[in-house]
Amino acid sequence: MGKLTREQEVYKRWANARKPRPPLVRNLIAAFLVGGLICTIGQFVLNYFLSLGMDTKEAGGPTAAVMIFLGALLTGLGIYDRIGKFAGAGSVIPITGFANSIVAPALEFKREGYVMGVGARMFNIAGPVLVYGMATSWLVGLVYWLIHK
Amino acid sequence: MDYLLAFLVGGTICALGQLLMDLTPLTPAHVLVLFVCTGAILSGLGIYEAIVEFGGAGATIPLPGFGHTLTSGVIQEIEARGFWGIFSGVLENASVGVVAAVVVGLFISLIFNPKG
Amino acid sequence: MAEKRVGRNTIIFSQCPSFVATATTVGKKEGEGPLAKYFDQVIQDPLYGESTWEKAESKMLLEAVQKVLQKANYTFDQIHFMFSGDLLNQLTASSFAAREIPVPFYGLFGACSTFTEGLALGGMAVDGGFAQRVLVGASSHYQTAERQFRYPTELGVQKPPTAQRTVTAAGVVILEQGGPGPYLTAATIGRVIDMGINDPMDMGSAMAPAAVHTIVQHFQDTGRKPDYYDVIVTGDLASVGKNLAEDLLKKEGYDVTDRYTDCGILIYKPDADTQAGGSGCGCSAAVFCSYFYPLLQEGKYQRILLVSTGALMSPTSYQQGETIPAIAHAVAVERDYPDGVG
Repeated sequence: MGKLTREQEVYKRWANARKPRPPLVRNLIAAFLVGGLICTIGQFVLNYFLSLGMDTKEAGGPTAAVMIFLGALLTGLGIYDRIGKFAGAGSVIPITGFANSIVAPALEFKREGYVMGVGARMFNIAGPVLVYGMATSWLVGLVYWLIHK
Repeated sequence: MDYLLAFLVGGTICALGQLLMDLTPLTPAHVLVLFVCTGAILSGLGIYEAIVEFGGAGATIPLPGFGHTLTSGVIQEIEARGFWGIFSGVLENASVGVVAAVVVGLFISLIFNPKG
Repeated sequence: MAEKRVGRNTIIFSQCPSFVATATTVGKKEGEGPLAKYFDQVIQDPLYGESTWEKAESKMLLEAVQKVLQKANYTFDQIHFMFSGDLLNQLTASSFAAREIPVPFYGLFGACSTFTEGLALGGMAVDGGFAQRVLVGASSHYQTAERQFRYPTELGVQKPPTAQRTVTAAGVVILEQGGPGPYLTAATIGRVIDMGINDPMDMGSAMAPAAVHTIVQHFQDTGRKPDYYDVIVTGDLASVGKNLAEDLLKKEGYDVTDRYTDCGILIYKPDADTQAGGSGCGCSAAVFCSYFYPLLQEGKYQRILLVSTGALMSPTSYQQGETIPAIAHAVAVERDYPDGVG
């Protein structure tokens, strides 16, 4: 990106100052409520697996899998995008949103075929999460190893 | 009680995400990346484990919890195998979630079409 | 040569081309808007019976073309050129529709300014004597644009209040030599203006300066004042861009507030979950063809200035952090043949 001229800077500042802001309080409340609700459902699923005799560590994976299934199903049914319009980060940040970010492009690019469409595009949005999440935990692990071993 | 804590902790993490999306130029994709990395780092510092103990699913279901899952696997594997645990541990605990996402995502896309 | 131009960027047609007929096909949401009763056809399903949204967009354009020919009672043989454009990569909506249209074809890309770009070029072809009759069209489609420029449609994200919804619509007109009017009397061709906005979710702010530049140029070139026109209509600045444009015009000494509106605002109900309003090539095309054209025919308006506005970015350009260049082309459409011309 080239440097902006003075005229561009002035216009950009003027236009930005006038543009409508998102309704922050409403959005925060919606995100809090929906995000909280999804996590409560997650807690319910977690408690179910705990009641089967799993320990907390073991139950984490199955809980994630169930929540991913729910997010993916609601995406397939065309409901998750409507939840997202209402809840914003409340439905993006939970793992159900991660599932939504995988299924949405997979559905969308189905018409470009199963290999270069579904297969290649599935991780369009979730890919960066895996790439940077895995790289970060690898780095954290490296530091941990250097310190402790 | 654990339901209430899950609600409060999960809701708070999501509200933090909303703050970032509405007040900064970050897109949802950027916020997701930021949150997973933050979770992975907080986990390495031993902080996220405390949040999980307090908030239960309220801490594990939001994306920082996924970062925590990644790092906790790495540390576990380093303790078990040493250096190569840094590699083998990344997906140690997270593989259920990642594989579920791939397989479920694929099947859902076979069954459904986008509604637009 | 000289008499067909005034000022720096304006064409004054000497044999003013006449509009003969218009036709529109729009999507469901547009068909639920305030202009619902004016459209020729409203499709309920974004796929419109096709296997892809892209095919549906082409079909909408093709059917609008067939409809306009039927209304004007012409056959393809009587049309000398077709000018059309859309937002898809390599203009596939238009050129794939044109596979079925045996008429020499110009594919145009002016982003959402395409409709007036086409009118200006079509008008020149007719006035210049290179064509007796031309088709001018433009189309856009919410889902095809969304997946190309933004996110997959099923992704659950909130849009900022500055975002705009791409209109699902195709609008087509026929221009010819010596018809009964309304007439295309002048066109001011815009230049590319980039005022440093780089947020693809805020195209109104990116395009407003281009619209203002073209409108001011038009007044300077022609010596006209805003009150020459009954209404000045921008293409798709929507509520954010329209406010900016009004103020920028005031700063330039032109107060248009009492006669200024925008197609992106007109096309949707205010509460329709469309953020700032509509956008897309089909927006100004459909609103002009369905709403303003009959008002001109009926004499409710005598003269209008239609200024379609386009944001000339691509997904690649904004991912690379480029700012958004914009363009606007103005065309004057008048009910009566202007005095002293022709």
